[in-house]
Amino acid sequence: MTPKRVDVRVSGLGGQGAVLVGEILGRAAVYDEKYVVQTQSYGAEARGSAARSEVIISDKEIGFPKVRKCDILVAMSQDALNKHLDDLKENGILLVDKNKVRDVPKVKAKVFSIPATEIAETASKSRIYVNTIMLGALTKITGVVSEEAAKEAIVDTVPKETIETNLESFGRGFEFVGSGD
Amino acid sequence: MTKQFPPGTYFMQGNQACAEAAIAAGCRFFAGYPITPATEIAEHLANRLPQTHGIAIQMEDELAALSAVIGASWAGAKAMTATSGPGFSLMQENIGYAFMTETPCVIADIQRAGPSTGQATKCAQGDVMQSRWGTHGDYTPIVLSPNSVQEMYSLTIRAFNLAETYRTPVIFLADEIVAHMRERIIIPPSHEIRIVNRKKPRKTDKTFFNTGKTPPMPSVGDGFNVPVTGSTHNKHGHRYTADSVVHRQLVEGLASKINKNANQITNHEDYNTENCEIIIVSYGCTSRAVYETIELAKKKGINAGSIRLKTLWPFPEKAIQTAAKNVKMILVPEMNLRQIFYEVERVVHGATPVLPMNKIGGGEMITPEELLAEIIRGVSNID
Amino acid sequence: MTEFSIREYLRSMRLPFCTGCGNMTVISCFLKAVHELGYEDLRKFVFCSGIGCAAWIPSPHFKADSIHTTHGRSIPTATGVKLVRPTLNVVVFGGDGDLVGIGLSHLIHATRRNLDITVIMVNNMIYGMTGGQMAPTTPFKAKTTTTPYGNLERPFDATQLIVAAGACYAARWTTFHIDQLRGAMKRALTTKGFAFIEAISQCPTAFGRRVGLKTPKEMLRWFKEESVPVQKARKMTDGDLVGKIVIGDFVCRERPPFTKTVYETIKEAANDTQAS
Repeated sequence: MTPKRVDVRVSGLGGQGAVLVGEILGRAAVYDEKYVVQTQSYGAEARGSAARSEVIISDKEIGFPKVRKCDILVAMSQDALNKHLDDLKENGILLVDKNKVRDVPKVKAKVFSIPATEIAETASKSRIYVNTIMLGALTKITGVVSEEAAKEAIVDTVPKETIETNLESFGRGFEFVGSGD
Repeated sequence: MTKQFPPGTYFMQGNQACAEAAIAAGCRFFAGYPITPATEIAEHLANRLPQTHGIAIQMEDELAALSAVIGASWAGAKAMTATSGPGFSLMQENIGYAFMTETPCVIADIQRAGPSTGQATKCAQGDVMQSRWGTHGDYTPIVLSPNSVQEMYSLTIRAFNLAETYRTPVIFLADEIVAHMRERIIIPPSHEIRIVNRKKPRKTDKTFFNTGKTPPMPSVGDGFNVPVTGSTHNKHGHRYTADSVVHRQLVEGLASKINKNANQITNHEDYNTENCEIIIVSYGCTSRAVYETIELAKKKGINAGSIRLKTLWPFPEKAIQTAAKNVKMILVPEMNLRQIFYEVERVVHGATPVLPMNKIGGGEMITPEELLAEIIRGVSNID
Repeated sequence: MTEFSIREYLRSMRLPFCTGCGNMTVISCFLKAVHELGYEDLRKFVFCSGIGCAAWIPSPHFKADSIHTTHGRSIPTATGVKLVRPTLNVVVFGGDGDLVGIGLSHLIHATRRNLDITVIMVNNMIYGMTGGQMAPTTPFKAKTTTTPYGNLERPFDATQLIVAAGACYAARWTTFHIDQLRGAMKRALTTKGFAFIEAISQCPTAFGRRVGLKTPKEMLRWFKEESVPVQKARKMTDGDLVGKIVIGDFVCRERPPFTKTVYETIKEAANDTQAS
């Protein structure tokens, strides 16, 4: 059996929480007893520049820590999609925030459009939860980490006072794609 | 009573692993100055050190940070600071002082792209030669190079142990990628961690410097009336600023304290080196591309192996000289414009061709594909 | 209590200072102050000093632990010592070049933190050890080896600066005022918080002879004649104060010392951790 390996890239603007999604995903993978490496790239500015987080989850030890071709791409802004789409494998999975990404070119990859900003603003009452909504959707669609591990990782990663809303937001993303988009 | 970090499997950032390791190694004093990409070490220790009855202080600059660390070390505490290139440059004056006064301490330099402010958030390996020759005068530093979050932990502990074993500053030379990367890490139970503590003087001891071995180190306030000075001094610490013999003995003695133990200090990892025709010599984040490169090369019918340096200085000369005898070529990939390359070339001394491979800017790593292409090109030139 | 004998506090009586150097007065005032406070030896003291003639006052001449640091870094080194060993008396000696030239930022920040150490700045208004170059304290228009046309810059008022930065105790005296200087040193050493003394001192070799004061005696006369007590100076105009040396206690106040704050915080953090 060849070892299973999944390369994930989460991209967006600084402040959208792309790095945090990568961190939660990586922690969840450790709880699932996998090998994992998470790296990130961001500008010198605290907000607004391009930000990305990369997670490699594998059954065996991981050498090179950066993602070159990804199995899963999450794009939370149009710029992020335009920049990273070429790195998505042909049979990969693309998740976009429908409210931020208007234009998705025709690709062979499976595309999932989630109105994450809308859900965040209406149900979670704050835009800051876009990232955990996307994480919920990602978990349901790809099964790259288990639902239990993802929730446990959220609890162990986000600030105490936001745990509940983050878990609810994760659930909203999870349910949204579950309802058959 | 201190709060031990519970042993187990974690998902942790490199800088946090370094900070936790410092606590496990017995570090009780941190002084620093905020700088990307080392800041998380200061942040983590600011939170954790007080919980273990330790002290973390943010100083007004890096000159002050290392000064405070040196003061704390002489007051009896295991102490460290953490910085990146621009701060590392400022610390050079006191790295020389720590070396000259035989002050154990750990200086973590998380490399970013320089010179000057360069690219603050982007990885590089440009401080290798500064870690060797950054301060003025002749000296022999110990420099360690981790390539994983697990090693951000284990080599930090080793850095403290070496600092105390040889009474010398130790430079923990990591890079942005390894420091900011998060990985699975196993924190061992404390009884499995080997800790070296400082050799203290007996009441009757009078010689605290340059004894040929590691001299016992009194703490200030313990009644030894020890004069500590960065000027040339004798075994008691008294200044001799004009005597040629005292100076020669001191500077040669301090260097030989490290050099004669180089075999105990240097450390590297061999991978697939038996019967290989090509050796890749690498260190830090760059070495992470090597394992995959070796697999890719195998598919092309090339048998490549790796020597990964976990200590850069003292330079592991013997390991490389031995390997050089049996291979067609040595490739040295680095995220700088040739630094360790020249050192490899020096020790190989023409026994086999040594090829550099360099990439700088934007924090872009040398990929396994790029390394493979370089190997193929190198092989075709030789054959 | 035993009678004061300077030998008890010194490794040897051979000191490296020029004839007439004010450092000898500072040493004698300090060690007498220490004796009068009841310390028979310097076991409970640690001295940190940087580079320059004044840095040689404690190192290695005092029979004590001393750390002779790089230029300007005596105060941050003392910070590390004091934080780890808060019960020790940590005293910094330094010249004006060391403390308000290259090390100025550390002096201000240690004051701001209210680090509980004593800093004694021997201000000879010149870089003496290197042969008489302009210092940040050199009087306006004074000729030095690097200001052959006279000093074009205005000198620092170091004591005022330290008052503004928040010191618990700050005083300025001269080597003419030996009783007052010794008294100030005693107050500084018993201050709980940051204490600063500026001792205006004569450097006959590198300063006096260049500004027309040929002997140490002439320099001391200058200190005597141009000194104005701080209370009186507060009623004088800037114009009246040109060329004057303002002396006395500038500030004497209570503020929580830094090590107290640090160790209280450690206690809380460590207890919280054990409880949880």
